[in-house]
Amino acid sequence: MPPDSQPVAAPAPDTPTPNPPPQPGLFELFVAFAKMSLAGFGGVLVWARRGIVEQHRWMTAEEFNETFALCHFLPGPNIVNLSFVFGSRFRGIAGGLAAFAGLVGPPMVIATVLAGLYAHYGEIDALRRTLAGVACAAVGLLIAVVFKMMMPLVKRRDLVGLVILAAVFVAIGLIRWPLQIVLLVAIPLSLAITIGVRRKGKA
Amino acid sequence: MTANPNPIATLVWTFGLMSLFAVGGANSAIPEMHRVAVDVHHWMTDKQFADVFAISQLSPGPNVLIVTLIGYSVAGVAGALAATVAMCGPTALLAYYVSRFLERSRGARWPAIIQAALVPLSIGLMAASGLILARTSDQSWIAALITVVAAALASATRINPFWLLLAGGVLGFAGVV
Repeated sequence: MPPDSQPVAAPAPDTPTPNPPPQPGLFELFVAFAKMSLAGFGGVLVWARRGIVEQHRWMTAEEFNETFALCHFLPGPNIVNLSFVFGSRFRGIAGGLAAFAGLVGPPMVIATVLAGLYAHYGEIDALRRTLAGVACAAVGLLIAVVFKMMMPLVKRRDLVGLVILAAVFVAIGLIRWPLQIVLLVAIPLSLAITIGVRRKGKA
Repeated sequence: MTANPNPIATLVWTFGLMSLFAVGGANSAIPEMHRVAVDVHHWMTDKQFADVFAISQLSPGPNVLIVTLIGYSVAGVAGALAATVAMCGPTALLAYYVSRFLERSRGARWPAIIQAALVPLSIGLMAASGLILARTSDQSWIAALITVVAAALASATRINPFWLLLAGGVLGFAGVV
């Protein structure tokens, strides 16, 4: 309990914010995540960010980064975690399940059908060539998302954050050190630096 | 390892356990999936695994679909469902409880500090995935050019990403890549 805690008799757990975000319903959550998911060739993150931040404005760019960072560092498929956490933020467990079902359900059906078709027609060369071209563009989209997620750090001139970001990129992407080891070092280090910087900022 | 008579139970156990160690997302667990599916359980050959990976990348939807397809090839539709739920369920619940815990302690200072510390790591990992994926799919300079142009257009404009994917597919079909 911090000493400067709020009054004990606060009746509602969620205090109304001056500018409350629009509240999606269960069906709206299902449809929104199904759309993001079905559009998401080569990863849904591109579309999740576009849908949540740019189209529906359910979250700001900063909020999206923070929620995604949380889901990235918990184990498991990130975007699946994000859908569940995001849906439950608005509608509790039911909302989480609605978003999760929208995200995973329809593509599961499509992928299973594709797997069946591929078993018959997978050796056709034109199909393989086309898929390879799609993959090249899909990687470009992923890189664009990375740039967009970096922008809040760049705008804040968060030099410490950008150096940490670059260090992780080099360790995993270029040197190819094992993920677990890099995280074991990087997480405590980043925490210590962040705490240190904030203390210095206050002093 | 003894052979398990019930493939569904094996799928649930395998992917449920794997999900808890899959820090950094489904794509970072792919080497482990390969080890389990090809080397440990002999569910599929190397070539089949590569094909399954390609299909999962090129289907719409989250990367975790590769787990759906492995489950499908082991035990049909029931296997697909079981593997997917096992991979997604436990960690989604964990994420739910952790985020609720963070929301509740919003008055405290440490959740904001933890999140601020994690954001740059998260983006750095994503950037590394981008590089690793680019190395595997960009086998020619034209392929690399397509990636660079797609990245530039998606960053600088509000163009619908689907058109970029379509353009990549058309160029691939034409034999340019």
